[in-house]
Amino acid sequence: MDIFLQQIFNGLVVGSIYALIALGYTMVYGIMQLINFAHGEIVMIGAMVTITCINILIGHNVALPGPMLLLIGFMMAVPVSILLGYAIEKIAYRPLRKAPRLAPLITAIGVSIVLQQAAMLIWGRNYRPFPPILPSTVHEIGGATITSLQIAIIGLALALMAGLFFLIERTKLGRAMRATAQNPEAAGLMGVNINSIISMVFMIGSALGAVAGVMVAANYDQAHAYMGFLIGLKAFTAAVLGGIGNLGGAVLGGLLLGLIESLGSGYLGDLTGGAFGSNYKDIFAFIVLIIVLVFRPSGLLGERVADRA
Amino acid sequence: MLQKLENPRARLIGMAVLTIVILILPFVLTGNFESGKSWIRTIDFALLYIMLALGLNIVVGYAGLLDLGYIAFYAVGAYLYAILNSPHLAAVLPAWLISPSFPVMILMAGLVAGLFGVLLGSPTLKLRGDYLAIVTLGFGEIIRIFMNNLDRPINITNGPQGINNIQSIHVAGYNFGRPIEFLGLSFEKVHLYYYLILAFCLLIMFISMRLQNSRIGRAWVAIREDEIAANAMGINTRNIKLLAFAMGASFGGVSGALFASFQGFVSPESFILMESIMVLCMVVLGGMGHIPGVILGAIIVSITPEILRDVINPLQHALVGRKVVDPENLRMLIFGLAMIVIMLLRPEGLWPSKRRKAEFHEKDEEAKA
Repeated sequence: MDIFLQQIFNGLVVGSIYALIALGYTMVYGIMQLINFAHGEIVMIGAMVTITCINILIGHNVALPGPMLLLIGFMMAVPVSILLGYAIEKIAYRPLRKAPRLAPLITAIGVSIVLQQAAMLIWGRNYRPFPPILPSTVHEIGGATITSLQIAIIGLALALMAGLFFLIERTKLGRAMRATAQNPEAAGLMGVNINSIISMVFMIGSALGAVAGVMVAANYDQAHAYMGFLIGLKAFTAAVLGGIGNLGGAVLGGLLLGLIESLGSGYLGDLTGGAFGSNYKDIFAFIVLIIVLVFRPSGLLGERVADRA
Repeated sequence: MLQKLENPRARLIGMAVLTIVILILPFVLTGNFESGKSWIRTIDFALLYIMLALGLNIVVGYAGLLDLGYIAFYAVGAYLYAILNSPHLAAVLPAWLISPSFPVMILMAGLVAGLFGVLLGSPTLKLRGDYLAIVTLGFGEIIRIFMNNLDRPINITNGPQGINNIQSIHVAGYNFGRPIEFLGLSFEKVHLYYYLILAFCLLIMFISMRLQNSRIGRAWVAIREDEIAANAMGINTRNIKLLAFAMGASFGGVSGALFASFQGFVSPESFILMESIMVLCMVVLGGMGHIPGVILGAIIVSITPEILRDVINPLQHALVGRKVVDPENLRMLIFGLAMIVIMLLRPEGLWPSKRRKAEFHEKDEEAKA
């Protein structure tokens, strides 16, 4: 039983991170019907900038408590990723809005290669350890353990999601975003500045992605220039699972994916008598995805989209 | 370019020159460059990529089904060849299955990969666009994870270490792994494979060209443009889509088998998602659905990074006198930038078919109006 609970905890932690990244994918998709393949790289750069920033502070013997250092790290990483998100949209996507559908996909892949390689040039090939600045108090609940860091991750992720929902549902900006997602032309006629709304969506998504990247790095105690790829892929899977374009779907998909993955990898060894181990962890995301899409082609919470290829 | 030459005679001469250039290319490269052999290897791989790109072009370019897991079929062909033509499982498999003759092997690779294509296609028929993209991507990853982990409980793929000691192809008593003397020239493995893969490239080109204007090809285009209308016109969209998947996959499988026999070694490393993406880039950059465009795309995408590899290091030494940045990263960086720039300048691809170009610019004018 305690293993079960333990895997649930782990799944919730990873799942809330997936959900946070998935929101970035799903918002962009909702408005532009575009897979922002470079989003995973934003996540990675958020983590890398934060780690570098904290290391510099520690190197200068700045005596601040860990969470404060982390906050300063965020204050550096979030603007960097926002700027990147803005630049990516402006350079690689905006000129191609009327182009054939696959063209922006290729520029997205191009951007993601460029960011990945640039990160390799700046930060090198090795894993960057996350500085040990955060208190690692271990709590025991029902035989399973969870660290205060993990609780903080879940809490922060939920708070950010709540903030995003408030922004989208209750503010003027949010209404403009929803209008643009529904029908860009009509929204434009009603006086919504489509370009600035799209820029805004990219910037918000990038900010959430950067925070999620720091969470990944803190949770696994390390970051790497290639980490954005797999985490982006998982988060995108989560977004599709929930029904891409649907914010609630992204959260549901993220949490579900995290839980399935951690339960699956925890129990697969026992179920198959040790023949298949936790090295199949990454397979669950895709198997679940395929099964869900076979029965619900638009995802769990997605609406049926009009038949346009 | 050749299409522009209206004069049939000029066209004929152009074709003849092109043929001669292609035929003597490997010897020109060996003779004049220090690293000649590595360049022929690069060209050989470029030819394999042309095969892959033409195969994917059927799925993406003709039928409009966005497939991000295409490399899985390449992997299936390669592993099939590797398992049947290496000592790895020779003790376990029945003797009649080991080292089949070349035509049988190629046929098997095509069929098995085609079967996998149907396997992938059948559950995804309802999906379209980006959903299809992500599911095919997942399928490719599943295949890769299995390749990586199927060394336990039964060792089938030998896990991350991969399978080595794969035999070269034997045709009519000739072993393609050993140099063959012919007309006073020594044809080494890289040369022999150049001509072999070239032959398969031409075959696939021929099939692609014939398909384009056939009933099936037109059905694919109909589905690409408007699936519902195509269905209403009496096209069995399900079977036609499955056929596209199977066909594209079988081309991938054949090139995979050639790859394994050429390389002598396969491991999951060669079949990562990035490879699928690269093949897709070849198709889209060159000009989807247009055979010469796709070939151009494949050549550019597979050879540019190699040229950059040869340029960047000397350039750094010349400019700064020492190695400042890792050339490997730099060349990928430049490559990524090139992809963005090309797409921004020519979103319809470098060499689009006349029809596609027209469609694209028609839309342009609509937007203006």
